[in-house]
Amino acid sequence: MPAPLLSLRKMTKTYGQTVANSAIDLDVAPGSIHAILGENGAGKSTLMKLIYGVERPDAGEVLWNGAPIHLSSPAEARRLGIGMVFQHFSLFETLTVVENISLVVPGSKTDLATRIRALGQDFGLLVDPFAHVHALSVGERQRVEIIRCLLTEPRLLILDEPTSVLPPQAVGLLFDTLRRLRDGGVSILFISHKLDEIRALCDRATILRGGRVTGDVDPREHDAHDLARMMIGRDMPAPLHLDPMPPGELRLELMGLNHASDDPFGIGLAEVSLRLHAGEILGIAGISGNGQSELSRLISGETVLPHGRRDEIRMLDKPVGHLGPAARRAIGFAFVPEERLGRGAVPDMSLADNSLLTAHPLGLLKRGLIDRQAEASFTAACIADFDVRTTGPDAEAGSLSGGNLQKFIMGREISLHPRLLFVAQPTWGVDIGAATAIRQRLVQMRNAGVAVLVISEELEELFEICDRIQVLHKGALSPSLDPRSTRPEEIGRWMIGAAGVAA
Amino acid sequence: MSGIEFILAGMLAAATPFLLAALGELVVERAGVLNLGLEGMMALGAAIGFIVVYEGGGHVAAFGAAGLAGVGLALVFGALAIGLQANQVAVGLAVGILGQGLSSLVGNSYESLTITGLPKLAFPVLSDLPVVGGLFTQDIIVWLSLIGTALIWAMFRYSRLGLILRAIGENPTAARAIGYRVTLLRLWAVVFGGAMAGFAGAYAATVYTPLWADGMIAGRGWIALALVVFGTWLTGRIFFGACLFGAVSLASLVAQTEGWPVPSQLLSSLPYIVAIVVLGIITSNKRLLKINGVASLGEPFGP
Repeated sequence: MPAPLLSLRKMTKTYGQTVANSAIDLDVAPGSIHAILGENGAGKSTLMKLIYGVERPDAGEVLWNGAPIHLSSPAEARRLGIGMVFQHFSLFETLTVVENISLVVPGSKTDLATRIRALGQDFGLLVDPFAHVHALSVGERQRVEIIRCLLTEPRLLILDEPTSVLPPQAVGLLFDTLRRLRDGGVSILFISHKLDEIRALCDRATILRGGRVTGDVDPREHDAHDLARMMIGRDMPAPLHLDPMPPGELRLELMGLNHASDDPFGIGLAEVSLRLHAGEILGIAGISGNGQSELSRLISGETVLPHGRRDEIRMLDKPVGHLGPAARRAIGFAFVPEERLGRGAVPDMSLADNSLLTAHPLGLLKRGLIDRQAEASFTAACIADFDVRTTGPDAEAGSLSGGNLQKFIMGREISLHPRLLFVAQPTWGVDIGAATAIRQRLVQMRNAGVAVLVISEELEELFEICDRIQVLHKGALSPSLDPRSTRPEEIGRWMIGAAGVAA
Repeated sequence: MSGIEFILAGMLAAATPFLLAALGELVVERAGVLNLGLEGMMALGAAIGFIVVYEGGGHVAAFGAAGLAGVGLALVFGALAIGLQANQVAVGLAVGILGQGLSSLVGNSYESLTITGLPKLAFPVLSDLPVVGGLFTQDIIVWLSLIGTALIWAMFRYSRLGLILRAIGENPTAARAIGYRVTLLRLWAVVFGGAMAGFAGAYAATVYTPLWADGMIAGRGWIALALVVFGTWLTGRIFFGACLFGAVSLASLVAQTEGWPVPSQLLSSLPYIVAIVVLGIITSNKRLLKINGVASLGEPFGP
């Protein structure tokens, strides 16, 4: 092996009592694609922040071309030739592409625009330099981020979960681009938790679990089982199996819903129609930012329609378009929003008080006052039934990990015994164990005759648990697709709006 | 001189205190910081500026000293609100009250004294035009403010500095991630805003009405703050708004001298009423605010 470009020795970082990184060793060879594989919470992001100078390590050494260095800021990392493409992009929405890039790369705008176009040709990263970023799709924004990094001529490019925001087709394009970059001499650190991607792309993989290195291997020499074992400490859970069930009564119906977004950068809904029955799971696939948040607000009742249009949304055979969230919940609807902190739960309040928010009709109030005992026992039951790892009902919601808080919120909503359950991004940022538990719960609900609506970006997840899938693209919903007879590529075509013509 | 000629001739001078303070606040808010201490910074600038002229220091020294006084208060604000990431609203109000208190204290023995203002410079030919001629006869500070407005407009439109300020105001986390020193840049913006507020105060007390009276800024700092929102953070609209308020405040004088049967208190409160009405109209357009607004305005940011 040639002398490494970047070496980490015994890197350690703790936050309070949590050890995020413990004595991590890592060697990145020049001109290679090196994977950092691990679950959510395994310490991948912390490690990247240390390499990019966003955070400083408590202990450990960084070697760049064999010489020890101290990174104290991202600017310093960039000077050395380290570039980073963030998972949640660091672009400025109100500026144009070329303005965004000129913040990092010196040069006149016309000059930069020419270089952006040339680079786009060479690496398959086509984007209009004078477009405003807020008007770009997520895939295009990622291209802008990559171009911005490449124009600084980095020696090492860090990509944090780059495929999580892309449709299946775009993943292939991104991989081609990354291979071309590697062949041009750039080393790439590729962070992911998707085993097949790493096996397809990477020359080397370092696997993290619980803040420690549990493997440093050539991923092409190991099968998915081996990698999974190193990543989660056991085999991957077997996929769920849906027993066919005759659909029951109609529980949710949207009829030609049109809605202009309040957010000027948002996406309006156009003629959205869907029907959801008791005992089935309907999945809404699509890349975030295609109207998902507008749709979920309309279904939850956070956005209310005028009285005259109340029939456009029907739940349990009643027109509800004009009703607010509480009135919809009163007839048997429950909702788990995408944002856990601030919308699903109040971070500064205890779990017990968070139970009260939606479960108060279950006898937690006595003559208008809070029954603390009932509140505590309801919360304790939720914690026990849904295997929430926490110190108890008094723990602040914000102190729980993403997966545990999600299990708690799911538990609270399921305890309401809804007849119609709506969950947005059920397993986003959740570790594999918790994600499996959440999916199992959703299937149990379906088997018990509940109508379940799921919005998710994870196609594999939808294929596993859904009876039907519809795809949301630019505010329009595709026809209903059967996951048993549809290939992921076809869903992908709907995700980028390329299937509508053929259909 | 007819009412309309009077308003046209005096409008720019009446607008200048609003304009200077609002341009400074524009830069501060574009960088993502909300400085509510403007009124106090103007008051202290006014008092210091007046004292320097009265004691024979001349107008150049007066504007310099007033600018430094504004910077001093701005540094107090910056240390707390940016350095220690305290709540910007609370710190801004506190610094504003401090500035007003200090202005009363240092101006105490100068109450109701007067000085001479600055001569007016006429723009050749244009100043001889009928009706609008008065527009082109202004003191040097008005001319400089107009140049300053153009410079700030060009900075936000064309320069890299303007781009950087907009970037740190929209998304400070991302700006830091790509290597900008957000805290330092915000501090510089606040210092600039403080100096401009000091100049605005000095203009009000040494040129526009060359006298000192406690409380003479009389809410102009608050109107300047409203102007920034009124102008949806765009330089041209802020200039237009400042002129409008200048004209409205003169209109109330015209109405009084021409003996309109309207209570004078109502007329002198006209600029404030206009401010409330216009703000109400502007802020009801959510789309306009979102497109031009500053996403991280008022939010403390720490590395």
